[in-house]
Amino acid sequence: MTSTAVEEIIESESVVQPELPWITLVWNDPVNLMSYVTYVFVTYFGYAQEKSESLMLQVHQEGRAVVSAGSREEMERDVAALHSYGLWATLQKDD
Amino acid sequence: MWQPCTRTGCGPPCRKMIDVVDETGEDETPLDAAEERENDEAPLDAAEELEFGRDIGFRRTRFGRIVGHFGEQERDLLVNLVGQLAEFIAPDQGDADEDPLARLVGIDQHSEIPEDPALLRLLPDAYPDDPDASAEFRRFTERGLRESKLANATVVLETLQHSGEKITLSAPQAAAWLSSLTDLRLTLGHRLGIVTDDDHDWWDEDPEVDEGTNSLRFVYQWLSWIQESLVQALMPS
Repeated sequence: MTSTAVEEIIESESVVQPELPWITLVWNDPVNLMSYVTYVFVTYFGYAQEKSESLMLQVHQEGRAVVSAGSREEMERDVAALHSYGLWATLQKDD
Repeated sequence: MWQPCTRTGCGPPCRKMIDVVDETGEDETPLDAAEERENDEAPLDAAEELEFGRDIGFRRTRFGRIVGHFGEQERDLLVNLVGQLAEFIAPDQGDADEDPLARLVGIDQHSEIPEDPALLRLLPDAYPDDPDASAEFRRFTERGLRESKLANATVVLETLQHSGEKITLSAPQAAAWLSSLTDLRLTLGHRLGIVTDDDHDWWDEDPEVDEGTNSLRFVYQWLSWIQESLVQALMPS
């Protein structure tokens, strides 16, 4: 096997590698109530109360938290939903 | 994020709110115990009777209904504020030459980043470091987002217009109230210059600011109080 062939195989393998997952971030803001943000995580994502409170506190204390991960389309759906709840949400590649 | 001051919750006590609430006579609202018994099919105990009619905002009854009491002035104020919000976030009617099919599926061919910072907070960019992707996202989602916010505001207006002093919310109505109260507070928060978590240190009347600002601050806190009560009613901690 020539080195070129090996490179071709590596390249073709890299093509079928799944895309890096995308993440949805929720950012701290001075208006939204802590209880309400927890409510949104429970209601929209279906997260347990404890996980939702933990994420809320991370947003509050660290300024932001990753609240979901997946394909770009899924994260766009999450961001749009969180905007409808009035949360400040963005998405980006998880790199 | 923050926790509002409450009289019954876990936030700090708020003298200003208690004073104003007392002035409205809300504390003296007579308990309509007979109606409550009829609706809940169970007598109220003494503690509930004491509590009933005293709390501002909403509470969950023992049979799981979400009930709030709002005086006429409070209902008028909410109708006024939410009516303004509805106008503020309603989608543009669009140009006559706009593709009707695109509009039907929620694509806004002319969506632009809002110049008003309060509106930008309600309709934020989705990609913080990618203006092109944000613009594309906005083109496909902004009309739907505006319509959902308008629908929530409409639910609030309808429940207010079809209720007397006592407002009972279904679960979907309560969810619409929560989202709309959020939109309202985000808008007022921008108008009041609330930028950081430390910008709420004005529970009491501030002689340094004008009367209009003090009134707006009180309205903002009052809305926070209502929203907190509604979250607690929906999701008891």
